[in-house]
Amino acid sequence: MDMPKRILVACGTAIATSTVVAKAIEEALKDRGIKATLRQCKATEVKSLVSDADLVVTTTPVPSDLGVPVIQTLAFLTGIGREAVIEQIVEALKDK
Amino acid sequence: MSNAIVKLLYPEGVLLNSEFTSAEEVIKAIGDKLCIAGYVKESFVDAAIEREKTLPTGLPLGGRINAAIPHTEIEHVLKPALGMATLKNEVNFRNMVSPDEFVPVRLVFLLALEQPKAQVEMLQEVAGVLQNSLLVSSLLEKRSYEEVIKALGNE
Repeated sequence: MDMPKRILVACGTAIATSTVVAKAIEEALKDRGIKATLRQCKATEVKSLVSDADLVVTTTPVPSDLGVPVIQTLAFLTGIGREAVIEQIVEALKDK
Repeated sequence: MSNAIVKLLYPEGVLLNSEFTSAEEVIKAIGDKLCIAGYVKESFVDAAIEREKTLPTGLPLGGRINAAIPHTEIEHVLKPALGMATLKNEVNFRNMVSPDEFVPVRLVFLLALEQPKAQVEMLQEVAGVLQNSLLVSSLLEKRSYEEVIKALGNE
């Protein structure tokens, strides 16, 4: 059994957009049979939580030198480029 | 059907075809309505304006019309609600994912979230509205709360 991939979903401070994004990613990965555990956090918390993550997906800028892939995107809010971003996420989780 | 939006959209907080010149003015205009009605604390408007400066909420939608979803920390909210404004002229908000860029916005949803995880449906519905470009265009043409509700309820 594969270990579930760990995705950190970040947004501003009120955890509003990361709520939508996390759900959308969860469903998209489920459709592809990929197990993932998602955790939401504020952008300011990313650095301290990233050691337990395989990937960061965020709607707001975060530091880039985190040691894990970071995908900065509005695709799960606006729908623009959504499929491409899902592929990016799948790819990023592949080597973990 | 945008049931959660319809339930939470505060009628007096729906400002249609309105004329504002800045993001701050829009946030204040809708926010003041939500405050008077007891949905948010007095601190909400200033907090949302401040937040917009560092963590902006402008969302480019890929067409002629862009949106913004200003909000702030839940400590400023008393009861969950949604306010909305359609803007006669574009008002610049900064791009959520690239805060150095401006996004000319004509549709604004002001989110008074008391508990984001409990309001995930409302948030998903807002995202759904923004992803529906026909609906976004039609909202800009509405001139009454009833017309807005009808458009959101039918989509």
